[in-house]
Amino acid sequence: MTDITWKSYAFIRHRVDDWLAEVGRIVMLIGETFRMLGRGMRSLGLIVDQMHAIGVQSLLLVVIVSMFTGAVAAVQAAYQFDNVVPLKFIGSVILRSVIIELGPVLTALIVGGRVGASIAAELGTMRVTEQVDALEAMAINPVRYLVVPRVVAAFIMLPMLTIIANTIAVFGGYVVAVTSVGVSTHTYVAGLREFFLMRDLISGLIKSFFFGGIISWMGCYYGFRTEGGAQGVGVATTRAVVASCVLVLISDYVLANVLFRFIFAT
Amino acid sequence: MIQIRGLKKRLGTRNVLDGVDLDIPTGKTVVIMGRSGTGKSVLLKHIIGLMKPDAGSIKVDDTELVGLNERDLNLVRIRFGLLFQGGALFDSMTVGGNVGLPLREHTPMKPAEIEARVRERLEWVGLKDVENVTPASLSGGMRKRVGLARAIAMDPAYILYDEPTTGLDPIMSDVINQLIRSMQTRMGVTGIVVTHDMNSAYHVGDFLAMLHEGKVVFTGTPDEARNTSDPMVRQFIEGSSEGPIKPL
Repeated sequence: MTDITWKSYAFIRHRVDDWLAEVGRIVMLIGETFRMLGRGMRSLGLIVDQMHAIGVQSLLLVVIVSMFTGAVAAVQAAYQFDNVVPLKFIGSVILRSVIIELGPVLTALIVGGRVGASIAAELGTMRVTEQVDALEAMAINPVRYLVVPRVVAAFIMLPMLTIIANTIAVFGGYVVAVTSVGVSTHTYVAGLREFFLMRDLISGLIKSFFFGGIISWMGCYYGFRTEGGAQGVGVATTRAVVASCVLVLISDYVLANVLFRFIFAT
Repeated sequence: MIQIRGLKKRLGTRNVLDGVDLDIPTGKTVVIMGRSGTGKSVLLKHIIGLMKPDAGSIKVDDTELVGLNERDLNLVRIRFGLLFQGGALFDSMTVGGNVGLPLREHTPMKPAEIEARVRERLEWVGLKDVENVTPASLSGGMRKRVGLARAIAMDPAYILYDEPTTGLDPIMSDVINQLIRSMQTRMGVTGIVVTHDMNSAYHVGDFLAMLHEGKVVFTGTPDEARNTSDPMVRQFIEGSSEGPIKPL
């Protein structure tokens, strides 16, 4: 082997080792979260606080983004129908694209950016200011006290935010369809009803449930791994957001295959 | 009684602890002194199980800490209070919330009882009517005192102090020194103080131990430290840049 080939091999091997170690640590955090779930669930106050931080405080952003998502979907659908597809289908196209894909994924990306960053920054600051050590020194398991409430809250709030996002997006689509595309309320609603399938809604909510776990675990993991000072917190925050968004999109593909090819296959 | 034998810890390429042997007698305050970066805080974190050694033994009242599972380690930790260098107060909680946290987590005490205990411990450290204040609005000295109130909330048998006077003005340093002494007389606790502040070391220590290059190179009373002929200890306590210890 030439020197450059050997160096390339060593570099790739080193990166793969690091990556596998990272995956291992994330799996261990997830395992520890499940181990602490029973005791962590008793701290209802902490879970409610996190539901407020993750869900209620993300609401305005989710409403704005989903309103315009529905509006854009209506404009795009009208443009692509282009006298080929009857406009009575505009409601069903918006509804199905929103509840299967746009609602869960866009909500997860918004919350991933806002909440993932916030969790990583908060836990990262706690790590570098020895607050996490203080918990351990007081015989309080940091995973039970910090991770479980965030993960449980995210598991509950992501599907709820997704339901709200779906509703607002369909309403946004309705406003544009009626005011600028020329579709009547009756036609739009008939389109919604005609092609609505409960399994589409359920599959979107199942996806958002998984996205909640991804976002909160990534925020907690990178927060706990923070080293150094302010710069370390910045690095952890960036990594948490990037990892959340990438994993949301990858798991969206995996879940879409599992749900529509196997579980809800017709 | 805490017995440390042959404690070793390697961090990166450096042997931070390289065979530490140290006894901490019950009811006494032992000061661990040494230059910055000699592993004093690392030693403290080993004593409370926040770090695991590569080799060696730590016995707390005949319980071996090394290799203990989490549940048993927590039973030992509950008997300790730890005052962190920066206080390590939870900024998402009020002062009262911070001091009361270990009580809420580990005791069946009712909220009114916790409130009374929090008020009492804050008064012990000279703070009144600060229960509803957030840590962010406190001065450095007040943060340390709140940290100390939290450390003593559970009536610990041992209190560990990590650089208790670092960053404080001389008057506040003396207040903290007096508090460390008063904890020993009032509660009869065993204290371990990590510091490089010699004034503080003489004031609070029944025994002094000097850590250098991962080993304990001196143990003795404050008077023995003052009168030692060991050039390394003399250089450190006199704060001289000339001697066997080379500036980094």
